[in-house]
Amino acid sequence: MRVVRAVVGTVGELAITAGVLLLLFVVWELGVVGFTTNRAQAATVDTLERQFAQPTPTTPSTPSTSSPTDTPTASPTTPAPVPLPPPGDPFAILRIPRLGAAWAKPVYQGVGLDVLAKGIGHYPDTQLPGQVGNAAFAGHRAGHGNPLIDIDTIRPGDAIVVETADTYVIYRADRSEIVPPTDVNVLAPVPDQPGAAPTEAWLTLTSCEPKYGSTNRFIVFAKLDRSVPRAEGLPADVLAAPGGNG
Amino acid sequence: MYAALWRLFPGGRLAKTLQALLLFAVVVAILFIWVFPAVAPHLPFEDVTIEPTTGATS
Repeated sequence: MRVVRAVVGTVGELAITAGVLLLLFVVWELGVVGFTTNRAQAATVDTLERQFAQPTPTTPSTPSTSSPTDTPTASPTTPAPVPLPPPGDPFAILRIPRLGAAWAKPVYQGVGLDVLAKGIGHYPDTQLPGQVGNAAFAGHRAGHGNPLIDIDTIRPGDAIVVETADTYVIYRADRSEIVPPTDVNVLAPVPDQPGAAPTEAWLTLTSCEPKYGSTNRFIVFAKLDRSVPRAEGLPADVLAAPGGNG
Repeated sequence: MYAALWRLFPGGRLAKTLQALLLFAVVVAILFIWVFPAVAPHLPFEDVTIEPTTGATS
């Protein structure tokens, strides 16, 4: 009888220990990591803003570029091609007013876990923001500061702004869908139409679905509204918080 | 398990309680600093990208 009691007692204590461990993990992931990540990302956004504000229209990082790009000829529809950002470097700021008036996250080149721990990632094989085709981004839904936790609240027509060194690229959300993790068609130059020749500039956001799982992916597609040269400044109304369910 | 640990601590009830809290704090610190950061990348909700094959998180 004493042996049974000891065994049952130990099993019970182990179960309680496991429960406390899981609880501590949630506290760590959503609390500690979220806090430090959000602070680091806000600092990165500040740094990028300062770099972008510098009068010299050079690339934000690594002055030695291998490709001598042609002179920027900015037109409202097709902005000047941005030199390809080095992997793992922040090169843009993503702003989504629906997720908060001050919501701003750094965009890095690459979608590895190490990159996504620092901010939003740009799929290296997709177009750059503003280019004809599809610029695809990935971001964490839960964890690492929950950058895209409310991605499901984005409504058609909502502004999604990608701020690069020389341009504000303004997209408008078109539609969202939930797809299996292997559905690479969402990254196609014309989203969901693999093989089709692109004539418009699209943006694809990918994140987790469900919120605290990863069995599927939540996708938001947005279409280019217009590109505004940095010199002209971002129109104030673009970042105004959208009302209702628009 | 924990009862044995409790008996192991020297001193009175107050001293034992303080030691237990200290031990818990040390365990939490080890978890937060070393264990959880190592475990987190292997958990499912870290996957947010679209990949041609599942499980190939780069």
